[in-house]
Amino acid sequence: MTDMSVNKRAAILSFILLIGGLLLWEAAIPGQKAVGELTEYERLTGGGAQKAGVPPPSQVLEKAWEQLSDPFYDAGPNDKGIGIQIGYSIYRVLAGYFLAALIAIPLGFLIGMSPVAYKALNPFIQVLRPISPLAWMPLALFIIQDSETSAIFVIFICSIWPMLINTAFGVAGVRKDWVNVARTHELGALRTAFMVILPAAAPTIVTGMRISIGIAWLVIVAAEMLVGGTGIGYYVWNEWNNLDLTSVIFSILMIGVVGMALDAMFGVLQRFVVYSE
Amino acid sequence: MTTPFLSVERLSQRYPDGEGGQTTIFENASFGIERGEFVVILGHSGCGKSTIMNILAGLAEASEGVVIMDGKEVSGPSLDRGVVFQNYSLLPWLSALKNVTFAVAARYPDWSKDQVLSHSKKHLEMVGLSADVFHRKPSQLSGGMRQRVSIARAFSISPKLLLLDEPFGALDALTRGTIQDELLKVWAGTNQTVFMITHDIDEAILLADRILLMTNGPFARVAESVEITIPRPRNRIEIVEHPNYYAIRNHLVQFLGKHSKELAGPTDAVENRPETVRIDKTAPAARSPKKLAV
Ligand SMILES: Nc1ncnc2c1ncn2[C@@H]1O[C@H](COP(=O)(O)OP(=O)(O)OP(=O)(O)O)[C@@H](O)[C@H]1O
Ligand SMILES: [Mg+2]
Repeated sequence: MTDMSVNKRAAILSFILLIGGLLLWEAAIPGQKAVGELTEYERLTGGGAQKAGVPPPSQVLEKAWEQLSDPFYDAGPNDKGIGIQIGYSIYRVLAGYFLAALIAIPLGFLIGMSPVAYKALNPFIQVLRPISPLAWMPLALFIIQDSETSAIFVIFICSIWPMLINTAFGVAGVRKDWVNVARTHELGALRTAFMVILPAAAPTIVTGMRISIGIAWLVIVAAEMLVGGTGIGYYVWNEWNNLDLTSVIFSILMIGVVGMALDAMFGVLQRFVVYSE
Repeated sequence: MTTPFLSVERLSQRYPDGEGGQTTIFENASFGIERGEFVVILGHSGCGKSTIMNILAGLAEASEGVVIMDGKEVSGPSLDRGVVFQNYSLLPWLSALKNVTFAVAARYPDWSKDQVLSHSKKHLEMVGLSADVFHRKPSQLSGGMRQRVSIARAFSISPKLLLLDEPFGALDALTRGTIQDELLKVWAGTNQTVFMITHDIDEAILLADRILLMTNGPFARVAESVEITIPRPRNRIEIVEHPNYYAIRNHLVQFLGKHSKELAGPTDAVENRPETVRIDKTAPAARSPKKLAV
């Protein structure tokens, strides 16, 4: 009962903040315009060729409606629907991300199980981990000679560390009593790994995966601004070059929404593997 | 003398003391356990009870000495030796039932799914758990229920030797009582050999055929082996009226309160075997054992 009312009150407050924020934003625009000329405002709302100036939310909403009602149109290299652009970005993120998971999780298992492997690999991890993923870009472009693959590589390199470290940490931290349960029941190495260590470490591993997907989504926007061609990052940059701020704001919001959705997916996975002692 | 079912021979355990030297937890400890016997070990905290148990389980290795079970030297853990730990011995991501079935499936790899399931359920029911808790996770069970599941799991694989490390240590007195009864009931039907650690003297007398008493560490040893001369089946209410009960209890209290300290420290003996103590007031020629303070 109290719980319901807290949720309800929070929802109402969120809604008021949203409306209030939008109204404030809407109201602030004409004030800015007053410095320029009023006729420009007329032209802007008329939907003509746009020049500088932050658009009001009503215009952004209009843009959103227009874009989302036909998200997958393709009218040449510089004019694709928002759906196509986001699709490209998600494809790159997932490709790099799953490659990273494919390597990070088994390797993390090894490092977590073997103190020797941990000590041997730790210096490399410590040096490579703090490197900004974008710093790899020139080298990647030179070696791979393909901007698409380079972007995937950058995602790969930025998402590998949280997964690697969390997997190793989770595996090394599995309670000794649980491993002893496996030992006294004569479970082999493989069955111990899958029946005891993996479920015991799963919450930590999934936390690492969740951090990784968040970082990957942050990095893809920057990477696409650099490599160009397609993707939501390129789209933002392109619209900025066109001085279409309405589209810029709209795509910023879309980046947020997609990031939230990716994170929520891992939130569900996390709830699935979590256990309490 | 024939060799017993389980024979511990000149077992020593030493750990580095952190200053470059070594501490000896116990030295040259020797004792035996017969098949079907329920043996409880009592001793002060830190004397090395868990260490001995882990060696018997094969989870730890002794610095010196061997353990021979059923004619074979113990090396590494095995399904022949079931263990109930004080805590955390259930896998928290599995339901109560699955915590048992995985063990049963490991023990009897060629059983069908249905066989595994009905065998597991039978053992959970034996320790007094009802079907509505089978599918709960350990975190959704009370401490007593959790320990029941551990006991059910241990009995379900019928190990040759069952090792219990303070299985009721974390439970309140009432729950302890009921689970002790349950344990006695299940055990009586199986003739299982049990080696159990406890801190509770009354629990030890209720359950054991024989109590091993350890002196304080370091250089702890199993100093006495006290026979519990009270017939079975026992029950917590009637047992206190048996003439031997307080005599045995007094002896144990005296040992833990006084002798465990006095007898502590290294000995020159090449082998430290416990001295057998038999206290029986009901026997016609009842005689106080020499160590019983008068
Ligand atoms: N890995 C280890 N390294 C060093 N010392 C250890 C190690 N394991 C145990 N010890 C020491 O061995 C002694 C015996 O420990 P053990 O756990 O067997 O005691 P215990 O009799 O089971 O005590 P309690 O009744 O409190 O459980 C303790 O003094 C402990 O500090
Ligand atoms: Mg202990």
